[in-house]
Order: sequence, then C-alpha cells, then structure tokens
Amino acid sequence: MLFYALRRLFLVSITLLVASIVVFAVLEIVPGDPARLMLGINATEDAVAALRLQMGLDKPLVTRYFSWIGGMLTGDFGRSYTYSVPVMELVRERMVVSLPLALLALILSTTIAIPVGIFSAARRGTSADAGVMAATQVGIAIPNFWFALLLVYLFAVTFRLVPAGGFPGWDAGLGPALASLVLPAIALALPQAAILSRVTRSALLDVMSEDYIRTARAKGLPANTVLWRHALRNALIPVLTILGLQFAFLLAGTIIIENVFYLPGLGRLVFQAITQRDLIVVESVVVLLVATVIVVNFLVDLAYGWADPRLRTR
Amino acid sequence: MTTGLVAPEHEDWRHFARKALANRSFLTGAVITAFVVAVALVSFVWTPYDVTKLVIADRLQAPTASHWFGTDHFGRDILSMVMVGSRNSIAVALIAVGIGMAAGVPLGCWAAAKRGVADEILMRTSDIIFAFPALLSAVMITAIFGPGAVNAIIAIGIFNIPVFARVARGGALALWPREFILAARAAGKGAGLITVQHILPNIANLLLVQGTIQFSLGILAEAGLSYVGLGTQPPAPSWGRMLFEAQTMMSIAPHMAIVPGMAIIITVLGLNLLGDGLRDVLDPKLRREH
Repeated sequence: MLFYALRRLFLVSITLLVASIVVFAVLEIVPGDPARLMLGINATEDAVAALRLQMGLDKPLVTRYFSWIGGMLTGDFGRSYTYSVPVMELVRERMVVSLPLALLALILSTTIAIPVGIFSAARRGTSADAGVMAATQVGIAIPNFWFALLLVYLFAVTFRLVPAGGFPGWDAGLGPALASLVLPAIALALPQAAILSRVTRSALLDVMSEDYIRTARAKGLPANTVLWRHALRNALIPVLTILGLQFAFLLAGTIIIENVFYLPGLGRLVFQAITQRDLIVVESVVVLLVATVIVVNFLVDLAYGWADPRLRTR
Repeated sequence: MTTGLVAPEHEDWRHFARKALANRSFLTGAVITAFVVAVALVSFVWTPYDVTKLVIADRLQAPTASHWFGTDHFGRDILSMVMVGSRNSIAVALIAVGIGMAAGVPLGCWAAAKRGVADEILMRTSDIIFAFPALLSAVMITAIFGPGAVNAIIAIGIFNIPVFARVARGGALALWPREFILAARAAGKGAGLITVQHILPNIANLLLVQGTIQFSLGILAEAGLSYVGLGTQPPAPSWGRMLFEAQTMMSIAPHMAIVPGMAIIITVLGLNLLGDGLRDVLDPKLRREH
C-alpha cells in the first residue's frame, strides 16, 4: 500500500508541476504587455513601467516562474492589482463561499443519487426503473444555469422562500448563509445526481451478476439482505471514483452558478479577474483549483487502492 | 481455418437498419437530432420573422398565434431566434468535435502502435489536461484570447483532443494483438498502413459513439460560455445568450428563459439518446446489459 501511495504521490507531483507550467505559459502568451492590459490604454508610460517592475516583468521568464511557484508554495500568491490586497486574502475570503457550496452540492447529489440508483437497480426492467432512467436522461441534459434561473423564479421570485442572490456572510448566522447557498447547491447538484444515480444503478447491477451474490441467494438470504449487505458495499467503489471526478465539475460549475446568484466565491473571483485582466489572481486561483482537483483525485485513488487491493499492483 | 486471420466483417447496412429500428433509444435520439438539424438548416432560408428586426411595440409578448414562443424585450420573435441560435450551437459543437477527432484519433492510434514512452507521454499529458476543469479553462481561454464563437470552438475543441485520444488508444490497443493484425504485420505492412486499413475501420464505431457524447457536451459548453458572454457574440442569436438576456426578465417574461432552455435540453437529450442507441446497435460487446 505504501509503495502504491508513493508512486501515486510522485505522479501527482509531476502533474501539479506541469499544470503550473501550463497555466504560467498560457498567461505568458497573452497578446500584448500584461501591465498595459491591466492598466488599460489610457495609462501613462510611467505607470505601466512601475507596474512592470512591481510584477517582476523585467526579469527573465524562468526566474519569474520560480519566483511565482516558490511564492505559491509558501502561501504568498502575490498581490491583486484590482483589489490592492494579497491574493491569498482574496482566496481565503472567497473560499468560505465556494467550498461549502461545492460540498453542499456534493452531499445533495450523493443523497439523491445513491437511493435513486438503488431503487432503480432493485426494480430493474420495471416501468419504475424505466421512468427513473428517463428522468436521469433529462437531468443530464439540463444546463445547470438554466435550472438555476427556474429555481430563482420559483422559490425566490414567486414563493419568496429564499433570497434570489447574494451572500450575507457567515457572520449573519448559519441560517441566512445556508439559505443563500441552497438554490445554487441544488442547481449544481441536479445534473451530477443524474449521472451518479446511473453509475450507482449500473455498478449495482454489475455486482449483482457476480458469483458470490448468486451464492448468497442460493443459501436462501432474502433479496434485500443480499442487496444491502453484499452488493451495495462493493458497488460503492466505482461510485466513489465518480464522486472524486464530479468534484472537478462542481468546482468548474461554480464559475457560472456563482454568476447567476451573484455569490462572492472563487468562481466569480476568477471570472471577474479575467475580465479585469488581473492576471496574478487568475493564475493563482486557476492553479489552486487545478491542485484541488488533482489532490481530491489522488485521495480517491488512495481510497480505491485501500478498498480494492488488486489495484495496488497495477 | 482462415477465419481467425481475416479482418472482422463490417456489419451490412440491412442488418444495421434492422437493429437500429428495433432500438427505442436510437430511434428517439435520431428523430430528435434530425429535427434539430432540420430546424437549423431551414433557418438559413426561412424564419417566421427577421431576427435582426427590433419591434419595440411588440416587446415581451407571451406566446400567441402570431408569435408561437412570444417575443423578447426588443420585440424579436423568440421562435426565429431559437431557430437561428441552433445553427451557432450546432456549428460550434460540431467543429469542436472535429478538432478533437482530427488531433486526438491520430495521437491515440500512434500511442497504441508505438507503446512505451510515446504511450506514457500521451497518457500523462491527457491526465494533466483532465486535471483542468474544462469549463474553467474554456472561460480562461476565451477571456484571454477574446470572446467569440471561434475561440469558444478552440477552447471546447482542445478538451475533446485527450478524450478522443484515449478512446482511440483504448480501441486500438485491444486490436493490436488480434490475429488479423498479426497477419497484416506478417504480410509486411507497417504500423501506419495497418492503422489506416485495419485499426481505424474497426474503431470507427467507438469514435462515432464518443462523437455524439462530445457533441452534446459541446452544446452545453457553448451555451454556458455564451451565457457568461464569452461565446457567440450579439447580434448573432445564441441559446446561452438568450438565457442571459432572459435572466433579468424572469418575473415578467418567463417564456424568454423557458424556450431557449428547452431547446438546449431537447438537443442534448436527443444526442445522448442517439449516442446510447448507437452504442447498443453498433457494438453489441459494449451493450449495457442493464
């Protein structure tokens, strides 16, 4: 297990390193002078020169990369030009919105999808199964931002149950803060729940055709005991992998959903930073999001290796 | 005893048609997709109203006999806008799939033929690309290089490359040890010729199925990018842009959001059903038993 973990850790480190180089390179090939882009066409030459110096643009490319990545590793993400505060501070402020949002969406999608998947698998071939599968097909096809608009119209505008947008902050109390995250989390969770329930159903049916399940049935165990005690535990392994992958989708989804609900999260921060050409914020947040995806997938890999010893030798 | 040494026969059309007509998923998907494509094609020659014409007197009309899907805040006919918008969505998604296939399939086939270092590099590179949430990167690319349909195509297309490379590689790897490939190698054919003559025809089914899936994902991605203002630019109508414009009108004209949203759902649903059906019809080995 230790060797498996170390090998995965080595691959993760390489992936992180290359990903950071890619992000740095993409922002380096932005047409034009980044300092000029950030200040706009009306800025004086002196102001542009001062910003170039502040951003270290006078230094060679390799030096700049190492200085940037070194800073990231020590928690110094640089200073945002637009907000005039350390990027780390911005990230910390926004993270308390995006992370709970993504986690809430993940919890919602899992609590909907797994029971639905089990229900459908247990009734394979029936009209109930066909109905659920048809509903999941529609769920996959729904754009989450459109669903978000409908939720706002229904629950915020028509019934006035929750706010239509904005975030009061955690200081306003758990209730109001969670109330403003509920609709965005539902909008994010729905398409993921549709995918996850199909995966759960499919994984469960795969396991149900295994010999040991037949043995369990042959020795007279009730169908429900076979399903819950023997099949479900094994079927959850692929579900776990998909959950890890979905985290990336949820993080990316926050970019659009946070814009629909005017939530001050990481997604909105990166989107605003892009439109304001605040490149330091863009590269730091993108690398941070990518690193989160890589680390979550690494943890899922470890959990997978722990649950299924055969994988450790691959 | 030469059966093991010849390439598997391709299914003949009659057999394919019989299986396809018996597959509900394929039929429904094909009908929906054909309808959407037909609407897009018709929009080149005819739309009920001119989408560039603003008729402020008719603005925010609910669906009526003269405007089946109502009008928007500029008095433009929503049915006409949805029809023209379908062109943009289909074009962006289709070209993005083309980019993914054109670059990804040769890469995947090459990695499968060479194995070793080439294969390892391809797999690790695709791992890195997969680590970037596609939408985040698409937003980054279109924002940096400028919003617009062309950059949206490139942004979506780049993320299709590793997908097709992996599918092609997986399919090709399973074929290389087969006897008909060994026979071709024994006959002195090189890796390139074998790939073109024997591998590609046999992985075409896999690529077609993946193509429909990526096509539907492309429609969703284009809508998302246009919604945040980075995809198709006005005045060209696009489904995502229509949803953005509908956002502030939700309380007085919900039809402005419902119609383009339904257009996206129907198109994506049709493509997903078509993909599922094709998978069942074209490759019984991939058929989902469940």
